[in-house]
Amino acid sequence: MSAAPSRVNDFVIKIATVNGTGSASANTLLMKSIFRSGIPVMGKNYFPSNIQGLPTWYEIRVSKDGYVARSGKVDIMVAMNAETYARDVRDVAPGGYLIYDSTWPRPGLLKRDDVTVLGVPLARLCNENFKGVRTRILMKNICYAGVLAALLDLDVARIRELLAETYAKKPALVESNMQAIQLGYDYAKANLSCPLPLRVGQMDKTSGHIMIDGNTAAALGCVYAGATVAAWYPITPSTSLMDAFKSFADKTRIDPETGRANFAFIQAEDELAAIGMVLGANWNGARSFTATSGPGVSLMSEFLGLAYYAELPAVLFDVQRVGPSTGMPTRTQQCDLISAAYASHGDTKHVCLYPANPEECFYMAVQAFDLAERLQTPVLVMLDLDIGMNDWMCRDLVWDDNYRPDRGKVLGKAELEKIEKFYRYLDKDEDGIPYRSFPGVHPKGAYFTRGSGHTQFGTYTEDSAEYQLVLDRLLRKFATAKRHVPRPVVEGDGKAKAAIVSIGSCDGAVREALDVIAARGVHLDYMRVRGFPFSEEVEKFLADHEVIYVVEQNRDAQFKSLLTLETRVDKAKLRSLLHYSGLPVSSKFIVDGVLGDLLEDRRAVSGVVS
Amino acid sequence: MTFIPKPKIAHPSLPRNELGLTRREYEGALSTLCAGCGHDSITAAIIEACWGISMRPENLVKLSGIGCSSKTTAYFVSGGHGFNSVHGRMPSIAMGANAANRDLYYIGISGDGDSLSIGLGQFCHAIRRNVNMLYIIENNGVYGLTKGQFSASADIGTKAKKGEVNQQPPIDPVLLAMNLGAGFVARSFSGDKAQLVPLIQAGLKYPGFALIDVLSPCVTFNDHDGSTKSYAFTREHYEPVVEADFVPFKKEIATDYAAGEAVPVMLHDGSRVVLRKLAEDYDPTDELHAHDYVQQHIAKGEYLTGLLHCRPTQDTEFHSLNRTPDLPLNQLPFERLNPGSKQLGKLMARYR
Repeated sequence: MSAAPSRVNDFVIKIATVNGTGSASANTLLMKSIFRSGIPVMGKNYFPSNIQGLPTWYEIRVSKDGYVARSGKVDIMVAMNAETYARDVRDVAPGGYLIYDSTWPRPGLLKRDDVTVLGVPLARLCNENFKGVRTRILMKNICYAGVLAALLDLDVARIRELLAETYAKKPALVESNMQAIQLGYDYAKANLSCPLPLRVGQMDKTSGHIMIDGNTAAALGCVYAGATVAAWYPITPSTSLMDAFKSFADKTRIDPETGRANFAFIQAEDELAAIGMVLGANWNGARSFTATSGPGVSLMSEFLGLAYYAELPAVLFDVQRVGPSTGMPTRTQQCDLISAAYASHGDTKHVCLYPANPEECFYMAVQAFDLAERLQTPVLVMLDLDIGMNDWMCRDLVWDDNYRPDRGKVLGKAELEKIEKFYRYLDKDEDGIPYRSFPGVHPKGAYFTRGSGHTQFGTYTEDSAEYQLVLDRLLRKFATAKRHVPRPVVEGDGKAKAAIVSIGSCDGAVREALDVIAARGVHLDYMRVRGFPFSEEVEKFLADHEVIYVVEQNRDAQFKSLLTLETRVDKAKLRSLLHYSGLPVSSKFIVDGVLGDLLEDRRAVSGVVS
Repeated sequence: MTFIPKPKIAHPSLPRNELGLTRREYEGALSTLCAGCGHDSITAAIIEACWGISMRPENLVKLSGIGCSSKTTAYFVSGGHGFNSVHGRMPSIAMGANAANRDLYYIGISGDGDSLSIGLGQFCHAIRRNVNMLYIIENNGVYGLTKGQFSASADIGTKAKKGEVNQQPPIDPVLLAMNLGAGFVARSFSGDKAQLVPLIQAGLKYPGFALIDVLSPCVTFNDHDGSTKSYAFTREHYEPVVEADFVPFKKEIATDYAAGEAVPVMLHDGSRVVLRKLAEDYDPTDELHAHDYVQQHIAKGEYLTGLLHCRPTQDTEFHSLNRTPDLPLNQLPFERLNPGSKQLGKLMARYR
């Protein structure tokens, strides 16, 4: 056994437990107490599609440099689940530590001599000190948090402070939880050499930051954007977005005098109805949205085609999960990029936004409503489970009180009164965007909304020329959309011939990979695309680079396919790095992929790495 | 076929309603349905009903799915917004639109294919949510636009035009709606305008989900011998059991019905629906009784018509249950919707 070199604030803990045993509270407690020590931290939950009994893992990365992605290795494993014990032992990096419940010694299974094994009789400690089967199971998990606090040199007072906040209304729970913390803490102090070389040390890098998940942040964005009608059908991993909206709306949208709710929250009978309600509400002038995942997008596709053709605003959050079909509902992927962009039969395309983290979810949610109403078309905000359900360290969300919603081209009563006749689909401003009107405002504003062939005047048609006129205008509108969607984030000096192009939640891993690759002498430019249709800036970046690594999280290179379909890029320049295991992509995967490719391709190396 | 505008010329002697509007101002585009289609009679009844209650045309929202019946939303009240959506999904559009603005009249026009097959789920859930709308099913037992297939309302033993006999039991929207707790359930016949017009008026005013299943023969595909949805068969087996008069609040006059026979059902704006029972043993206000009574007559091959069940359900109407404000959600000022930067700062505390 070799002792690891001292690594303060730079290591990964992975905790293996059983679903439904209360480990989530223990893990959040650990992560938050590190965060409150001013140290950048990442927490990711790998959980099963199950209520109780299946294996679950939680990964905490302590990163003084503020890297927010998985590093790809595990330094400390807390192996609390007998079922996954063997593979958990295998996952520990050489020089790492394994903590296990030594109430039941497992000499036969411990076959690593490059890992330090630390046994703590957690079950025995809890059985001796707590009553009741359920309590003992729950406290066993809190107890390992106490062990880690001692091993990592975490401030116990900070843990108490967090518990006091969590159980503000149940003070008895603070005491029993603290007792479990103390049991683990004291045992470790007395029996193990504390602290480990891998430990935490106070920093000041988290002030002005929060730990929040993307679903919560997106929901908050919907509240701030002024959304009033929320319709949805429960589906993992999007459900918590709607739960959060309801919770924020209950806090901020109930009239203090009348008790009336300034919002409607509708649990639909299925996804088809959910998107139908969203379209009906938007058509009638209320900001309305839904949240779903891949299977929901499949079901909503027919209505999305209607919304595209009849030009109805709508905001849809697609919190992507592993497909195809039911796939792995609690694992992450970016696998709806194509089905979202082209949802529905016929010539349809949709505006998509690609947030990279919860902070961007908040701002893009607001932007999505503005874009949907400005462009009179659905906007799909493409989160994934990793962004949506994991807590990410983000800058504080801020709000500009001068913001007013962009309702787009809507004719009000006075304007309708003045005009001779209203034509719904006429391109008066030559930007492809027509004017709309809401029911109940003025009889002159009445028009007929339909998914069947219509003329620019809004009347039914089966005339080829009249039909094509509208279809061609919709293309012009989509070209207008290129100027409205968020610009890509471009990094680097523009001198490199090679670049990474990526999307959404890959961002954290790519940024870390760029640093690692740069440390090896290879400098790459980077572009993160944030909106579809792709803007001229995206075109330019693609044109300016000779070798482009496209990093995305699906098997079929969907993002690369979109780039080749919708830009002028020579597809021979694009090289895919595809991660689709269901776990969030790690920086190591990208580093290995890029460097491996560069080494293999000597010509590229001599041409690119100069 | 392209859009055919209808000439808008109103003779000065045409009668005008309280808003000073003539019936012509409640008309829509020219119908493109087959000559003699029952649906066109229903369209005419809707025009009459809207004119009669002096509804502002812009206050009517007309919603439909796909099918012959769904086309008819274009044929009445051109001053109201229309929405011809996708097959079987009109109820969800209606729900969303109604959530956004509770102040308008919502009329959904559907067919037996649109509501009882592809859209059965949405139909049921609109009832469960008690969306304040009038839902009319123009029921003819067949798919017209795809040329004569049986629909889910086709009776056992009814014959298709090409001779095929239906073997599967029908889904009856009236029984289903009563089963699901709808508070306003009516059946009528496209050929009985005198019955239909007050039913439509009452349904529009009813604060909650109102269903009128209108038997509306398809002259092209289902009007032959052996069909149970033909004009001839419907006329023969058609039995009004309860008459409904719609009495607007302002026009209240001395009762013209004999006490003891008539049951007034009060609506939220003070107007009333007066039910006049034609069958002694029938109580249209009791949902369990009404359901059984209608079902027993269906078993005997009789189409009972009229406002078969009516009771107040205002308390469970969508906006009542959800405690939304009186001011429609789509008219709330942004300041009341946006919690502001200060509140955001407070909300952040939980995430530190």
